[in-house]
Amino acid sequence: MENQYEAIWKELGLNLENHAGLLGVLSDAYINIYMAQKNRPKGMEYFDFVVSEVHGLRIKEVYEAKESGRPIVGAFCVYVPEELVLAVDGVCIGLCAGAEVGSEEAEKFIPRNTCALIKGFMGFKLAGLCPYVELTDLIVGETTCDGKKKAYEIFNEITKKVYVMEIPNMKGPKGRELWESEVFRFREKMEALSGKKVTVEGLQKGMALVNAKRKALQRLSALRAADPAPISGLDALLVNQISFYDDPVRFTQMTNALCDELEERVKSGAGVAAKGAKRLLVSGSPMAIPNWKLHAIVEGSGAVIVGEEACIGERNFRDLSDENFATVEEGIAKMAGRYLSIDCACFTPNDERLGNINAMTGRLSADGVIHYSLQFCTPYMMEAFKVEKSVNRPFLKIETDYSMEDFGQLRTRVEAFLEIL
Amino acid sequence: MRTLGIDIGSRYIKAALVADGKLISFDRRETSCEPLESCRSILGDMGADRVMATGYGRHLLEVHGDIPTVTEIKAFARGAREFFPACRTVIDIGGQDTKVISLDVEGRVRKFEMNDRCAAGTGKFLEVMARTLGYDLAEFGALPADEEEEVRISSMCTVFAESEVVSLIARGVSRSRIAKSINQAVAARVAGMVKRFPVEEEIVFAGGCAHSPLLRGMLEKSLGKKLFVPSVPEITGALGAALCAVQESA
Repeated sequence: MENQYEAIWKELGLNLENHAGLLGVLSDAYINIYMAQKNRPKGMEYFDFVVSEVHGLRIKEVYEAKESGRPIVGAFCVYVPEELVLAVDGVCIGLCAGAEVGSEEAEKFIPRNTCALIKGFMGFKLAGLCPYVELTDLIVGETTCDGKKKAYEIFNEITKKVYVMEIPNMKGPKGRELWESEVFRFREKMEALSGKKVTVEGLQKGMALVNAKRKALQRLSALRAADPAPISGLDALLVNQISFYDDPVRFTQMTNALCDELEERVKSGAGVAAKGAKRLLVSGSPMAIPNWKLHAIVEGSGAVIVGEEACIGERNFRDLSDENFATVEEGIAKMAGRYLSIDCACFTPNDERLGNINAMTGRLSADGVIHYSLQFCTPYMMEAFKVEKSVNRPFLKIETDYSMEDFGQLRTRVEAFLEIL
Repeated sequence: MRTLGIDIGSRYIKAALVADGKLISFDRRETSCEPLESCRSILGDMGADRVMATGYGRHLLEVHGDIPTVTEIKAFARGAREFFPACRTVIDIGGQDTKVISLDVEGRVRKFEMNDRCAAGTGKFLEVMARTLGYDLAEFGALPADEEEEVRISSMCTVFAESEVVSLIARGVSRSRIAKSINQAVAARVAGMVKRFPVEEEIVFAGGCAHSPLLRGMLEKSLGKKLFVPSVPEITGALGAALCAVQESA
């Protein structure tokens, strides 16, 4: 039977055979990891649906938005100001980077020992597996690490639509100045792309949408402090992953509905794991969809993950933008300031991150911290040593990629770590 | 009560039977490609009231036999304490994992380190190298640690180190010299893992590789400390699992 979205995939130039294979693998993994969980909140049904339509209904929506003249902007980083994309009525999408696909293709352009996330986004594009990248009018890169920086040069040769924002290395006055000017430059880019001016109303609307999304995610994060945890780490991670590609209005509404249900669970003392189950904070590199490996191992061993101190997690929604401004310039300057509070490991020094991790372990009553680095992700691998010294709780450092070859080893480490707690 | 600990490693399955808190018998078989069959035959032969599985294949028994499991980290810690009650650090060079475990005064696991992914510096590495040089494992470990000048083995990858060894042989370097260099390379790597913690004594060297006096001597030299080796070092994990089973039933 021909899939109802096949015409769009064909038009976008996807490799249909490989794409069908990818969706098959994804669906199997989802059934094994997600559907096997017990006591899931009913509100997760929406997110199950969104995953099942990740390259289907959502692609159709984005396709139709593009047809109606809205600019489609792809990104890989929480530093890309989504508010400005929405201010010109654009659509902002986090692009596919969370699976080991197209490695052979990617290795024609980048070294084998490149982090899995970079290899993933190159591979998704080169193997013709990411419909989002094909729908974008602009792909926004950023200078958060050497690997990404250089990969974007190559990605631009392939796609001809990469635009790079310069992220400073330090947060002093010069760094702030640089970043602010980069956000103003991005505003011009968005105006040129859309043929629309960024107005005070437009910016306010964009900020309101993004802030509402962040508030919903903050609410979800706060609810995970309850014991027993009302939602699994796997499910909460999924909600965070989906926040990067779903329609922001609908996403916010459904996340709030999920949180309403979780509030009821907390009131009645219901949870996904037994009260007193070991609670862990995961901290480090981002886990792009469908990277569920560590969460599956930890929760498969009987513990529960109560927070992600990561870009796909707390770093994405910890701070809100100040919606109180009279001019576009004032609004953009305030927003730029909010972005610089993000404690990415690309900055030096980055001591805020240590404070934020400790605030999270305290607020969420975490029994221990698992530091997760993607292999070859130097900034996070280096910071792990400082994090270990500062957390004052049992600490496990893990370095891995998307492959399953070290699943058994990781499981042994995680289980032994749980035995210590 | 008789409890059985069964340690399903990547190369061997080890079993230890404990009655009234004392080791009464043990067994060791190759893991082969039918580990479940080997486990079942051990279970049948050794008859116990309770069983506890550990090692890389522990979940095999959990799934197929509803047998509780404990990680090899905890099992080795427990087993090493049984052999040497003052043990604070355990080194285990297993078939595919090298582990260093740091214990508190009470014998609880405080921290542990494991090698990453590949077989670099593990028992499997030594086994492949011994075979390449035409030694059996006992001979390989019994070579004298004399002052012969060392040749440097730079790769710890089993595959690349093997080709390095082949080219050393082709250059006419004596095989005993190469063999000692390989052991030295492993000792240096493991000593590096041990030194990531503050090293507390007594240090117990467990696992099958502890049968090698050469490796033990080199490790002692690298660490500048004495190592204690259990009488049957390869059953340390199985014994620990059996003792954990006693604890759990109490």
